[in-house]
Amino acid sequence: MPSDELVALKTKAEQRNRANRICVCTAASCQSVGADRVHKAFEAEVNKSQREEQVEVRAVGCMGLCSAGPLVRIENDETAVLYRNVTEQDASALAQSIGRAPVERLICPTDVPFFTRQHKIVLANCGQIHPERIEDYVAVGGYEALYRAITEMTPGEVLADVKASGLRGRGGAGYPTGLKWQTVAKSPDPVKYVVCNADEGDPGAFMDRSVLESDPHRVLEGMAIAAYAVGANLGYVYVRAEYPLAISRLRLAIRQAKAANLLGQNVAGTRFEFSVDIRLGAGAFVCGEETALLLSIEGRRGQPRPRPPYPAERGLFGRATLINNVETYANIATIVDRGGASYASIGTERSKGTKVFALAGQVKNTGLIEVPMGISLREIVEDMGGGVPAGGRIKAVQTGGPSGGCIPNEHLDMPVDYDSLQQVGSIMGSGGMIVMDESSNMVEVARYFMEFSMSESCGKCVPCRVGTYQMHQILSRMLSGCAGPGDLSMLEELTRAVGETSLCGLGQSAPNPIKSTLRYYRSEYEEALRKSRPSMPLAEEGVR
Amino acid sequence: MTRITLTIDGETVQADEGTSLLEVARKAGADIPTLCHNEQLKPHGACRLCTVEVVKGKRTRLVASCAYPVEEGLVVRTSTVEIEKHRKLLVEMLYPTALHLAKRYGITKSRFEAERGDCNLCGLCVNYCREVAHRNVLYFEGRGIDRKVAFVPGKAQECSSCGACFELCSGGFVVTNHGTVSLNERI
Repeated sequence: MPSDELVALKTKAEQRNRANRICVCTAASCQSVGADRVHKAFEAEVNKSQREEQVEVRAVGCMGLCSAGPLVRIENDETAVLYRNVTEQDASALAQSIGRAPVERLICPTDVPFFTRQHKIVLANCGQIHPERIEDYVAVGGYEALYRAITEMTPGEVLADVKASGLRGRGGAGYPTGLKWQTVAKSPDPVKYVVCNADEGDPGAFMDRSVLESDPHRVLEGMAIAAYAVGANLGYVYVRAEYPLAISRLRLAIRQAKAANLLGQNVAGTRFEFSVDIRLGAGAFVCGEETALLLSIEGRRGQPRPRPPYPAERGLFGRATLINNVETYANIATIVDRGGASYASIGTERSKGTKVFALAGQVKNTGLIEVPMGISLREIVEDMGGGVPAGGRIKAVQTGGPSGGCIPNEHLDMPVDYDSLQQVGSIMGSGGMIVMDESSNMVEVARYFMEFSMSESCGKCVPCRVGTYQMHQILSRMLSGCAGPGDLSMLEELTRAVGETSLCGLGQSAPNPIKSTLRYYRSEYEEALRKSRPSMPLAEEGVR
Repeated sequence: MTRITLTIDGETVQADEGTSLLEVARKAGADIPTLCHNEQLKPHGACRLCTVEVVKGKRTRLVASCAYPVEEGLVVRTSTVEIEKHRKLLVEMLYPTALHLAKRYGITKSRFEAERGDCNLCGLCVNYCREVAHRNVLYFEGRGIDRKVAFVPGKAQECSSCGACFELCSGGFVVTNHGTVSLNERI
């Protein structure tokens, strides 16, 4: 029996429903190329022709193919046509095409691998529903999993489903989500917290931003289910301040969910209580590290502290805390809805489900994709991504941002899962995927990421503070032709020591870009050394 | 208090739950270098010199012993070739501070350009000020390589009536409201 709250919202969505819909992507990427103006132009157009009763102009979230933005989809209950690079001038022709032949010159084909190879769970509603209307989310089945969990399931049953799903943390490290939940659930602490890590910071990664901008209620529902399973009543979303649109939509979503009695006290008339608050990051990458993040929420300086104790034992304000990433929570409603076993049927033996990736760099189709685990890297970058725009050969694919590594072309046929990526010297990471063509200098690539880690190091522990700086110095010397003969061995010594002895994940993984490029492109380092004359002064751009 | 049994450098030892590996290992005779550790203070985990190897089930890894509590059945090695290599490199990174450790590792010059000569950011002064003196006069300013010990604006004067952290400073240098002067000069 569905709750009155959900029925009321569904009715509201149905009343708004029109035979035809013009869906305009209004996520950050399309907005940056004028989607807001396109949206307004369509509204004016429909208004002018007095067809509001037949046509709805709907602002939706990310449709995925960011390189073809602004994207617009014109649909009715039978058909849907996607249009690419739509401008305000196109609005009139497109609006008039409703009920007639589509506008050929703007059509973006959707029978291509970029769309057909996707398996959408996390992104299921992205680009479909209006992210600022809770009734749209409810109309597609939203909050039903939460309602079912709190009315028909015990916390233990929810936990069992999540464990059975095989879901692993989508923030990058891949810790089994069910195990983490279980630790928090078992804690005798009378006060527990649920925290969502939305401090996405890897260069080239925008999965969490898109999910929050396109389907914020999915994340809230996941958090609420998690809170029920572990016994928490209060949650925080820690989101970086650089994501203004994600923040405003999330804020609105929380207000709407509260008003609809789906958050707060007595959720949907039950005894379950869960409230969510937002905390903004102030631009420190290290605050994505869980212990630093929790300190930052407490209003203290965001720098990592030693673990154990793990947050699951003693986290926020010293209480048992469940901390997961945006994408992890976004999977939960589906897991509860379809059952853990169904989710576990997707993916590989040790990596279940799907993963969202942000495709960027030297690739034709940049944007957001969701693929089943185990798909080959080549399928993603060549078939779905379309390869290098100018038609050259892909040299390497970088995954995992500053904590990850470069995977060379000869390994592109490997399956994408947590363990395979680790074997080739990279990591799954949060989902950034940067494609590089033959023009990329791998020493330069390593220096780029080292510069990032160096400037984002909090400076607390010696290996990260001094080590990242010294590694960056050596790479700069190599690139400006003034490296000494001992520099390469010194670099290798540093990568080992920094990786093994640093306090937190930032330092521990900071050498990975160097390690992986040294593994596959050692000759480029050696060439840089050959060209070096130690007497040369360090070029200005290399000096920090 | 629960007693925990673990192995340190081949010896079976017992310790109270919650004790740090560093404390137990030192009691057992291990010579583990540290810079940021002080018994009066909470573990800071910054210098990483107390890194030891722990084996738990099938998993072997390096951890900072100052911040790692004893665990039942844990096998700990406080000195391996790898660990000593890392320690030596860390000391070299900090050269010319922590000269007593430089001497121990036979370091007379560093391949790296010096971070700074007077402070290695062990944080003893800052943590003492907060945790023991309860004054909160000092803090870390900046991040990464720019991090330094600084006075909370307007509170520098409070130092002159305390000065308790001065003798904790291993380099013999402390930050005072006059800038950086050596302990000896001050006395």
